[in-house]
Amino acid sequence: MTRFIIRRVLQGIVTLWVIVTLVFVLFFMASPDPARLLAGKAATLRLVQSIRVALGLNKPLWQQYLGYLGRLCTGNLGESYKLHEPVTTLLGQWVPVDISLAVGAGIIWLILGLSVGILAARRPRSVWDRSATVFVLSGLSTPTFILGLLLLYLFYYILTTHGIGIFPGAGTWTPFHVNPLQWARDLILPWLTLALITAATYARLSRSSLLETLGEDYIRTARAKGLSERRIVYRHALRAAITPIVTQFGIDLATVLGGAIITETVFGLPGLGQNVVNAISRQDLPVIEGIVLVAAAFIVAANIVVDALYAVVDPRVRLT
Amino acid sequence: MSLAPFEITTGHPEETSLEAVESAQAIEGRSPFRLALARLRTDRMAMVALGMIVLMALLAILAPVVSILTGHNPYSPDLVNGTNAFGQPYGPGQAGFILGSDNVGRDVLVRIAYGARISLLVGVLATLIATIGGTVLGLVSGYFGGWIDALLARLMDTVLSFPYVLLAIVLASVFGSSLPLTIGVIAFFSWAAIGRIVRGQTLSQKEKEYVEAARSIGAGSFRIMFVDILPNLIAPVIVLGTLLVPVAIVFEATLDYLGVGVGPPTPTWGNMLADAQGSAGFGAWWFWIFPSIALLITTLGFNLLGDSVRDALDPRTERIFAMRRKATAAAVGPGGSAPADSEPLAGEPAPS
Amino acid sequence: MPEPVLVELPPPGGKTPPARRPSAETLLRVEDVVKHFPIKRGILFKRQIGSVQAVEGVNLEVHRGETLGLVGETGCGKSTLARCITRLHPLTSGRVVFDGVDISRLSARQMRPYRRRLQMIFQDPYGSLNPRRRVGSIIGDPLAIHGVAESSERKRRVQELMETVGLNPEHYNRFPSEFSGGQRQRIGVARALALRPTLIVCDEPVSALDVSVQAQIINLLEDLQGEFGLTYVFIAHDLAVVEHVSDRVAVMYLGKVVELADTAELFGSPRHPYTAALLSASMVADPEKARSSHRVVLYGDVPSPINPPTGCRFHTRCPKAQSICSAEEPPLEMKPGDPPGHLTACHFPVQRGETLVGATPEFHQAAADFVATSQGTAAEGGG
Repeated sequence: MTRFIIRRVLQGIVTLWVIVTLVFVLFFMASPDPARLLAGKAATLRLVQSIRVALGLNKPLWQQYLGYLGRLCTGNLGESYKLHEPVTTLLGQWVPVDISLAVGAGIIWLILGLSVGILAARRPRSVWDRSATVFVLSGLSTPTFILGLLLLYLFYYILTTHGIGIFPGAGTWTPFHVNPLQWARDLILPWLTLALITAATYARLSRSSLLETLGEDYIRTARAKGLSERRIVYRHALRAAITPIVTQFGIDLATVLGGAIITETVFGLPGLGQNVVNAISRQDLPVIEGIVLVAAAFIVAANIVVDALYAVVDPRVRLT
Repeated sequence: MSLAPFEITTGHPEETSLEAVESAQAIEGRSPFRLALARLRTDRMAMVALGMIVLMALLAILAPVVSILTGHNPYSPDLVNGTNAFGQPYGPGQAGFILGSDNVGRDVLVRIAYGARISLLVGVLATLIATIGGTVLGLVSGYFGGWIDALLARLMDTVLSFPYVLLAIVLASVFGSSLPLTIGVIAFFSWAAIGRIVRGQTLSQKEKEYVEAARSIGAGSFRIMFVDILPNLIAPVIVLGTLLVPVAIVFEATLDYLGVGVGPPTPTWGNMLADAQGSAGFGAWWFWIFPSIALLITTLGFNLLGDSVRDALDPRTERIFAMRRKATAAAVGPGGSAPADSEPLAGEPAPS
Repeated sequence: MPEPVLVELPPPGGKTPPARRPSAETLLRVEDVVKHFPIKRGILFKRQIGSVQAVEGVNLEVHRGETLGLVGETGCGKSTLARCITRLHPLTSGRVVFDGVDISRLSARQMRPYRRRLQMIFQDPYGSLNPRRRVGSIIGDPLAIHGVAESSERKRRVQELMETVGLNPEHYNRFPSEFSGGQRQRIGVARALALRPTLIVCDEPVSALDVSVQAQIINLLEDLQGEFGLTYVFIAHDLAVVEHVSDRVAVMYLGKVVELADTAELFGSPRHPYTAALLSASMVADPEKARSSHRVVLYGDVPSPINPPTGCRFHTRCPKAQSICSAEEPPLEMKPGDPPGHLTACHFPVQRGETLVGATPEFHQAAADFVATSQGTAAEGGG
């Protein structure tokens, strides 16, 4: 078992390294001269040169790369070109946004998706099942930003123009410790946007998983023994059916934690997602690298956890 | 083995008859695809979905016609004719704009038609490239094993765990956003999904005896991969491919919305939505709701079709289709010739 | 699909096939073939920590025109040996010489021309045919691969083959799923015949079929042998079938050949204890004979091929095992009193008229002790 985890961790590190290198290479090709950008419009050649030296940009490529890797290992992510603050500090400000977004939306989509899926699986081909199918297909077919716009339109624009100003428009964000109520109000629409679409996938997943489990012989035995349907579904079948859902949840959660770019852009939330878009347009390489690293690290970590969970549940996996 | 030599059972005892025997002997053995097509024809949802897709395709193809008919150009702003006295866009049905005009006076309907071209082109083409590439690489990876498989499998895993919107943005800002780039980016992130499925299937098919038999008669690796193994995994590839098209379309629209896809003045649904949120706010609901509806129709159509294709290709759902056939046979009435689908299916596994 | 009501397949053309006379010329020679399957473990890079010793030094000769039967329990390595002969597995060591040519180390491309003459029939009629290809395409595959005929000529030859094996040529375009097990096996036979091979390795061709169908397929194979002058290596675990079709029989145990002889000789006077036990366990149709026959029941499990016993591999279950058997491996050789060609690998072969008890000597001793003590107790206890 430990061998299995060690192997997965090593593979994860390799993946991370690949991603980080890729970003470095791409940006070396992309940004012609960060020094010049930093120096600003009135730069003299000497100023640009001194900035270049300070940033170590005059060294050959591979030296910069190694220096970069070395700094990474000590936890130094550099300093933002534009905002003049250490990247780690900036990340510290932005990550809580994504955590709030992920946790809230995650709870909602898990509950919603599971409920719809279980209901559909318990009554196949009934009106519940068909509505669930409609729900699933709508969710799968709707891009996130369209749903976001729709919700903003309905709940912000229409309500506000009619005098009911419950939901704020895009662009507001209050940290939890400042004002919890406002924090929640600012996040409700983003949560709903993210959750409704993801819930569709979970509804489909839980429905098919539960249907498959309910078709097993041991469930038939339980029914023959006279157990109530409720007990069968919730105490027996669900336990077996829930594995793929839990593992999918881990991965999805990690993906949102790494920055829900679209949702943040639509609602103007200052999280990793929106800031990485800004950083790209401003060619702020350290910030970009930092965010990509964090996002990738979340996903890789989630993959390891998910794989480990699989190995715990299914002994056959441990042998690979 | 049954004692009655001329009894052919197909799991539906009511269909056993001498006619069934004779017609079974006369059939040339229907391939699973002809079977699936026959099933699809009976699936109402599939027909609806196909209709939606055809509608959008027609709109895309006939976009120039729409432009000519309405007399409006999709690209150039026209503040004189396109906006009213206050500089506000026209609503639907006003001043000759069937679906209204946007903030710089362009015809929403015409722009939607041209946007359909981009969405369908990118969606279908990117998925096609991804499907072909993913299938070939999945086959190679699964069949040869060894270091090729280790490399490709790792590559697929890495690609699948990329934060892909992020990387798409990065690539677009490096190389500049354009149509070929968008297609390339989407294809690059989709091939791994197909590749992984194909690789898994290849790994399991590789152990089957018919592959051994093929090797024993002297078949080379490539022949085995493409002539023997490939037909056995085409079904899930088709399903996944059909379901990947809407993903590609949504991805493309998202990239446009974020400003890193196809840029102005080319009208795309994503662009229009970005404009809608930016400029006129929500007052002019028509120029973001209509593109949204167009997008939804397209993606919903492909998703529904993919689901139906999956059901049609799955031999386990035979009961549902058998019931449908009996319903149509009953509708035809006694004495009328039963539709071709009611013959005992050649695809059934033979007993004994 | 039910079988057509055919019992004996009349050969096309209506003539009876000439009586088959196996020649003394060697067509295939298997020299010291060893096949090990490595077992690998490791974190990032897998290392080999052991191996499954499936075939351990087998020597065999197959004469042109004969049928060599190969018998043994499941796991004795006969299927692996078959695949080594047809080069579906690479050999760990040893040589396979086919018609004078060493084919053991040939590359895939070099091997191709030999595949035309060396074919295989597989055990599983359901798995050995590609479910997604039509039967005509499957049978014509060898012709297509080796570029023997163009498509219309190919179709004609395939239909001719189908007729030869007893299938309706009009079913050319059907899928395997539309045929019964026996018919599918005929398809497999047709495929093997397509290139007019010299040697066909039959890997348990009838084991997966109903008994009545088995007879049809066996008759078909025999007729084909007469008509086309084929040589067979016939692998099976059913002794009755092997006795019927083979000229000579080799018995395998745990990767080694333990006895080799002409069929009548082997079944009449087996010399190896394992052969004797096998033969005694087979069913006899005559109830009188069955009652009077003496079953040798072997105790113990078949050892694992990962860790085979030292010396003679059978010694852990052998009723005649003695200390030399665990120390020294017996060579496969002619024992005194046997006709030439009857080879046995045993230190203490079964003598004529000897009755074997299945238990090992230790078991015997333990049983005897038990009886002694219980008899003593009974006598004291008064029953």
